[in-house]
Amino acid sequence: MKYIWLIPILPGLGAAINGLIGIRSFSRKTAGVVACTMMGAALALSLFAFWQLLGLPADARAYDVVIAQWIPSIPLMTQHGVGGFQVPWGFRLDPLSGMMILVVTGIGTLIHVYSTAYMADEPRGGVARFFCYLNLFCFFMLMLVLGNNFVVMFVGWEGVGLCSYLLIGYWYEKKSASDAGKKAFITNRIGDWGFILGVFLIYQMFGTLDFRAVQNAAATMPVESVHFGVLSFICLFLFIGATGKSAQIPLYVWLPDAMEGPTPVSALIHAATMVTAGVYMVGRNAVLFTHAPMVMQIVAIVGVLTAFMAASIGLVQYDIKRVLAYSTVSQLGYMFTAMGVGAFSAGAFHLMTHAFFKALLFLGSGSVIHAMAGEQDMRYMGGLRKYMPVTFATMFIGTLAIAGIPPLSGFFSKDEILFRAFESNKAIWVIAVATALMTAFYMFRLVSMTFLGAYRGPAWESAGAAHGAPDDHGGGHGHGAWHGPHESPTPMTFPLMALAVGAVVAGLFGIPAALNGPNTIEHFLEPSFTAESHIADRGMRIAESGGIAEAAAIRTPQSEVRNEEAEPHVSRSVELGLMGFSVLIALAGIGLARKFYVTSPEISQGLAEQWAGPHRLLSNKYYVDELYDATVISGTYAGGRGLWAFDRHVVDGAVNGAGWLTVISAWFSGLTDRTVVDGLVNLVGRIAQEGSYWFRRLQTGLVQTYALVMVFGVFAFVTIYLFVR
Amino acid sequence: MPITTTHYILLSAALFTIGVVGVMVRRNIIIIFMSIELILNAVNINLIAFSQQLQNGIGQVFAIFVIAVAAAEAAVGLGIILAFYRNKETVNIDEMNVMRS
Repeated sequence: MKYIWLIPILPGLGAAINGLIGIRSFSRKTAGVVACTMMGAALALSLFAFWQLLGLPADARAYDVVIAQWIPSIPLMTQHGVGGFQVPWGFRLDPLSGMMILVVTGIGTLIHVYSTAYMADEPRGGVARFFCYLNLFCFFMLMLVLGNNFVVMFVGWEGVGLCSYLLIGYWYEKKSASDAGKKAFITNRIGDWGFILGVFLIYQMFGTLDFRAVQNAAATMPVESVHFGVLSFICLFLFIGATGKSAQIPLYVWLPDAMEGPTPVSALIHAATMVTAGVYMVGRNAVLFTHAPMVMQIVAIVGVLTAFMAASIGLVQYDIKRVLAYSTVSQLGYMFTAMGVGAFSAGAFHLMTHAFFKALLFLGSGSVIHAMAGEQDMRYMGGLRKYMPVTFATMFIGTLAIAGIPPLSGFFSKDEILFRAFESNKAIWVIAVATALMTAFYMFRLVSMTFLGAYRGPAWESAGAAHGAPDDHGGGHGHGAWHGPHESPTPMTFPLMALAVGAVVAGLFGIPAALNGPNTIEHFLEPSFTAESHIADRGMRIAESGGIAEAAAIRTPQSEVRNEEAEPHVSRSVELGLMGFSVLIALAGIGLARKFYVTSPEISQGLAEQWAGPHRLLSNKYYVDELYDATVISGTYAGGRGLWAFDRHVVDGAVNGAGWLTVISAWFSGLTDRTVVDGLVNLVGRIAQEGSYWFRRLQTGLVQTYALVMVFGVFAFVTIYLFVR
Repeated sequence: MPITTTHYILLSAALFTIGVVGVMVRRNIIIIFMSIELILNAVNINLIAFSQQLQNGIGQVFAIFVIAVAAAEAAVGLGIILAFYRNKETVNIDEMNVMRS
């Protein structure tokens, strides 16, 4: 499959067409068609490439394509002397990136189709601009997942950051939207700093930036289980990068604010592109991470804490999109937990299933917002089930999936993560299960408040202007005054239905062995998370031969993965028990939500009043934004002011002082000039004047006087000549 | 008593002295002019006397030159004096100060 590089190029072409021509001259419809066509073509090509990939033998599933040399060989210092630093435009299709391109192009295409209807009320040029950005987003994301070295990945990595900025700030006239865009971009830049430091360190260490070469080289190195060595630092830096892109503590703050963008953008950022980049990158460097167990611990802890914290915030939010945003942060936390406990395929699997149901939920919420003419506050919704049955049905499926009800997709992926967390660390498992309870609760709270109960929104005639809705982007929906909530048009419901099917069946690829399933996806993805087999074996031989004591003392996580099939740590009955338990937890969450928000809504009011303190803490998102404001942002401002003061007083002072010195010295110089130099000149003149006054007396003009003097002179000389000689 | 070179020299010195004093003390430009002639002739006597003593003709030739130059000088000088007299009606040297600024 030599043409995998076309997969990112197609959306890139769409972005170029819409950006260069479309904004000026395309109609809304043309712009949408161009963008959707390009994404559809990319999807078709991806499916074909994936089908070809499946045709290869299991341990040789990879296509490497280099289309051009980007950076020619430059001598650069590495650990092993001067190496030739070179970067090709190289693309690699292997099981992990294969799965990713299907997610990006598949869900991306559906979101593009959805956007054609959702954005129908925008100004004409704005629609083309929007589709240009969407296509560009997919282009960079595909570059990110298909690149075969860190630098090509970095191109995509930066590109999705740029596109998130452009899209979150799409309604740039709105202050909050442009602020949110800046926040996303700046937060991401902090993460990018970590990522690029990691890449520098990798080149310094291995002398190459090719993923495969780095993984193979790392596989032969000892596991840094006791000391915090170079590999650990590399992984730590890469993980900092991942926290920025994938919204983990401490850099998750941008993601909830990203809700300022149009809803399809939220869906795209949360499901198909952007936030999955960090998870993907950690998975891509799985071998590095397995050699740095301490960083794995950090990853797992950060992941599970993020999951818990975000889920708890999600419990009390009223903005429908914000609930989903915190839900995404929480689910990403799960993925990192999985990565941290060494369950890379489980994390990637959850990434895929999450992409389906989260895209579904976001597009569904977009449909609701569309129906409510821009209203996002769930307190003004309710009872929408009868007005928009398709949206309700599909969102309900998505909710069941994210809550982890079998046999929907979320169950299998989440349960795999919980099981692996249980194997690795019970404390992490406990927090993860608590998060699962909260997930089920807040998702059913969302569904209950939106679709069930009585309608609480504005009356039909009073239309959309009743409350200043934060997402009030159009007012009328192209058909005059608002006629009450209504089902969305087909281009919006079709993606919902397609994604609902995905949310149902996506889990079937990962039925675990405990349920007599083949766990297809794990076996499929496994080659991407290990070094090439002969190198991995050699690495294990080195590790186990006792040459390096610490490596031999503790078994590598990699060997755990390998040995697990032969002798599972936890028996099958325990695994089944855990599954049952997590289903019970999910049902409990659903039951609680039903009790609080459907059968007896007064309980939730009472609880909120009874626990006012914690409720306020959660409503204000643990005051993290305020904390960052008070520390980092104020610190930056103070630093800026300090630098300004330094500039004002020290630098300007030096300049002014230099000027002042010049003035002083010039004054002295002038004084010297006036007195000494002019004095000398005047003295000469004065001497000439005074001298001439006396000598003038000699010039009588009387020739006889002269003659007399001459005679006396001659007489004197003759006398001297004759007598004195 | 034979006339020796010494006598000539003394005569010449006397003539020269008379000429110089005449140049210095008189105010009449014509007298001064005549005194200058005396000085020149004193020089001539001197030249002739030493020419005689040294038995060398060059001194006599030189005297002839001096006489010729003195004649030319007399012609120019008398012309100037004549022109001056026509302007100023005087030959007093104290009045000859037209070039004084």
